[in-house]
Amino acid sequence: MKFEKDLLGIKNLDADQIHYILKKAEGMKKIIFSDCKKATNLAGKSVMTLFYENSTRTRTSFELAAKYLGAIASNMAVSSSSVKKGETLIDTTRTINVMGTDCFVIRHENAGAPHLVAQNVDATVINAGDGMNEHPTQALLDFFTMYEKMGTVEGKKVAIIGDIYHSRVARSDTYGLLKLGAEVVMAGPRTLLPSDLESLGVKMYTDVDKAIKDADVVMPLRLQLERQKNCFFPSGYEYSKYFGVNEERMKLAKEGAIIMHPGPVNRGLELQSALYAPDKSAIDEQVTNGVAVRMAVLDTFVNRG
Amino acid sequence: MNILLKNLTIVTKDSVTEGQDILITDGIIAKIGINLTDSADTVLDCTGKTAFPSFFDMHTHMRDPGFTYKEDIETGTKAAMHGGFWGVAAMPNTNPVTDNVPVVEYIINKANKFGYAKVFPVAAITKGLEGKELTEMMELKAHGAVAVSDDGKPVSDSNTMRQALRYADMAGMPVVCHSEDLSLVNGGVMNEGATADRLGLRGITRAAEEAAIAREIILAKSYGVPVHITHISTKGSVELIRNAKKEGVKVTCDTCPHYFSLTDEACEGYDTHAKMNPPLREAFDVAAIIEGLQDGTIDAIATDHAPHHFDEKKVEFDHALNGIIGLETSFAVGCTYLYKTGKITLSKLAELMADTPCNILNIEPAEMKEGKVANITVCDLNETWMPTPENTVSKSKNSPYYGKELTGKVKVVITDGILKLH
Repeated sequence: MKFEKDLLGIKNLDADQIHYILKKAEGMKKIIFSDCKKATNLAGKSVMTLFYENSTRTRTSFELAAKYLGAIASNMAVSSSSVKKGETLIDTTRTINVMGTDCFVIRHENAGAPHLVAQNVDATVINAGDGMNEHPTQALLDFFTMYEKMGTVEGKKVAIIGDIYHSRVARSDTYGLLKLGAEVVMAGPRTLLPSDLESLGVKMYTDVDKAIKDADVVMPLRLQLERQKNCFFPSGYEYSKYFGVNEERMKLAKEGAIIMHPGPVNRGLELQSALYAPDKSAIDEQVTNGVAVRMAVLDTFVNRG
Repeated sequence: MNILLKNLTIVTKDSVTEGQDILITDGIIAKIGINLTDSADTVLDCTGKTAFPSFFDMHTHMRDPGFTYKEDIETGTKAAMHGGFWGVAAMPNTNPVTDNVPVVEYIINKANKFGYAKVFPVAAITKGLEGKELTEMMELKAHGAVAVSDDGKPVSDSNTMRQALRYADMAGMPVVCHSEDLSLVNGGVMNEGATADRLGLRGITRAAEEAAIAREIILAKSYGVPVHITHISTKGSVELIRNAKKEGVKVTCDTCPHYFSLTDEACEGYDTHAKMNPPLREAFDVAAIIEGLQDGTIDAIATDHAPHHFDEKKVEFDHALNGIIGLETSFAVGCTYLYKTGKITLSKLAELMADTPCNILNIEPAEMKEGKVANITVCDLNETWMPTPENTVSKSKNSPYYGKELTGKVKVVITDGILKLH
């Protein structure tokens, strides 16, 4: 299967490419649970994680994925690096590129930053989240989890709840789910809904119950409490009461509906605490699948196919 | 010293006349007529070409003093000349800010030294562009400043703007408003809408521009004083100004070529050459801007020529500086998107680019009349060309029109009676 040099977004993948990566991830998942977690797909390749925004789970997930495949995985500590001295993003990445890096895994607060790097280095660039734009590997692990749980996503109803406006996860999930034939609905306070995702064919509600009704998957998003200061919502109390996902609301969903969350969870805010448990939600499985999917992504893009 | 231009179509705001010759003697338009046989030192056959009274840009950033790595008065006036402009009004966000007499004099003197085009300084409304205390508008005017503006920033405090409009009216200084409610901008970097959502970039609501324009209109109306709104970009802005004019408010406005030719889709791929303030809008705004030009709601076309070094553009979209160059493409964009599409006539284009910008600033416009100083721009309305960094005269190369085919090219420029370009 043909792929571009970089994985910048789900926008850039078609359904066949997504299926190819998910299929490969099935095999990768077996490595994670095997006695010897050491494959050779990326033996001798140099993978650099470059996180301009704080993250523990995504960075660790990429680092383990690279190491399980035998790569030399390094991590550049951005806060203590040249960024503080005013070096530009292009110059920093060019510098690391000429040290023999095969792949950059980049998270950045500005949308389009990985695209800028990709245009200026030979190495493969994997977007690990850019501003409000995309988080493609999170979406791929979500799809993987959905296929694992439901066998298919075609015709399934996925309800994404909460701060859609600031969410790159919601955007990447939406682009992919629509390509895979799912129905996407969204709900949240009007101040946290984007102005125009409806043009893509997504239904948007301010009434969470309407979105959850008959849903196969319910995905509350992380709410950043600091957004209260910017008038996006009035209080955590009001938010959890009117927009939070809880057992009562889940009764509206389809029998056996899956709860997913990109993490980290604010217990009791966007998701009732009791629902964050292995028997109530698929959140832990998402984390495991994240490593498998990132192994598949690294193998696909670094080995170009 | 005589120049004879042969066989032209002459366009003015009132007429289009074919088959004309123009004789320029000692810098003055001596004769306009058919088949002039006077001898001349220079004879230019202009068959198939069209002469306009030279253009005037009421909104240019010369970046001089202070930011001469982006542009200076020499390269900026040269770019103006290549664009067919005899004069430009230079915005005051220089370093030091054009809020004092020495900077005003520096700008005028430096432009006169090169003589490519005249530069009329626009002084700041407030000292240091800080939005707090008024500049010495009477003194600045006495030394050659033609207007006041805090362009690049709004005057956010409404009482400061109220007093500025009243004081400037007394001083005879037009006030050029960059109208923007910064609290509504709220960190946005491009137009709010589907494209911003798709790119994951923060949007700027149209209300940020429109709410500020509404305030300027109300202040102008309350005190019966004039106000000029620069670079309007939205349908709502056109409607606000159209209604205000109907009510008799002394409001004028301009728009820029990019607002009637491009939409926010130009930001795709995080193209920082499509990043400016106000941002590019959507197709319905473009249509409304064109209607505003047609019905006279919009008085003038200004370039908002804003040179930036490539290091300031080759960065994350969020961090890229706002603005594009425009002097060298303004006529071609107008010709391509307004005249060739049948939206406006050549006379209207002449009015928008040559007459009203001067009238608003109380500057005598170029005129195609015997006895007047020759400021003439001859264009080929059918020549197609493509702007590129290589054929750009401006020191900076930040244009969204690179690689786009435009129709209409400036061929001959006579400024102050001197043949500058042919």
